[in-house]
Amino acid sequence: MNITLNGELLDLTSHALLEILKEYGAVAPYAVAVNGIFIPKSQHNGFVINEGDSIELLSPIQGG
Amino acid sequence: MHVKDTLNIYGEAIDSRLLIGTALYPSPDIMTQSIEASGAGIVTVSLRRQQSVAAGDDFWQLIKNTGLKILPNTAGCHSVKEAITLAQMCREVFATDWIKLELIGDDYNLQPDPFALLEATEILINDGFKVLPYCTDDLVLCQRLNELGCEVLMPWGAPIGTGKGLLNSYNLKTIRERLPNTTLIVDAGLGLPSHACQALELGYDAVLLNSAIAGAGCPITMSRAFKAAVEAGRFAYNAKAMPEKDLAAPSTPTMGMPFWHQQ
Repeated sequence: MNITLNGELLDLTSHALLEILKEYGAVAPYAVAVNGIFIPKSQHNGFVINEGDSIELLSPIQGG
Repeated sequence: MHVKDTLNIYGEAIDSRLLIGTALYPSPDIMTQSIEASGAGIVTVSLRRQQSVAAGDDFWQLIKNTGLKILPNTAGCHSVKEAITLAQMCREVFATDWIKLELIGDDYNLQPDPFALLEATEILINDGFKVLPYCTDDLVLCQRLNELGCEVLMPWGAPIGTGKGLLNSYNLKTIRERLPNTTLIVDAGLGLPSHACQALELGYDAVLLNSAIAGAGCPITMSRAFKAAVEAGRFAYNAKAMPEKDLAAPSTPTMGMPFWHQQ
């Protein structure tokens, strides 16, 4: 299955969001959006990622 | 009885009237020292794609260690949808319902899009956010944002990062006069402590800045300067300035002037 994660094209076998994040090496704190829609942490477990989906994995950074 | 003169952000009393950004400092150490020297009670942060895990986590630890209130922003967003999604992500990561809503309408001067700002503000307020919109110094826009439920408004002094100061103090003054009960913060465009002082003298409740400190030759010293300027401006506002006059008026008593001035 091909998806993009933070703009990077990935070829993965798992469809589970949590597994994909773990495989990518995501480290808390972070928030996730799929196809431009925020996915609350409470919904990560069991959330299914489909072919062509785009995941954004965001973490704190400096801001003005 | 002495009443403490604090900044009111959605019912929360903040001791300092200076809000400070966390970007563009020469080093993390200078950032933390500058924040401390500023006396700020609120710092602004953002969210970006997780790339360097270690670097991002280090930054967040430094900010958490300050113990200050966090104001996340939606910097860089150009559409209502982007801003809404980023605000929701910020709320989860930073555990706050405050959001500095930035929605850029033009990349040339990074001017906020007033129409998208209103649309996004309404959606976010209905979703339980406490919105602090970064907006232009347009009175009617500020009134509309206020009517939507914004208790804090943040009109610009000048475009972000220009350091030009208050380009239209007439507009800013008019907003102050027309919205006397709204917390008003000049956000962006300040370059000198005197700009911050002027904003406070106009009756603005606070200023938010980043580049003016982070881009100074010595950010820590500049932080101290801004802290002093904000305090001076607030004292001056509370003290009520003398009325401006067109004609000179002597301050030294004229009675008993020495004989050589008499006819």
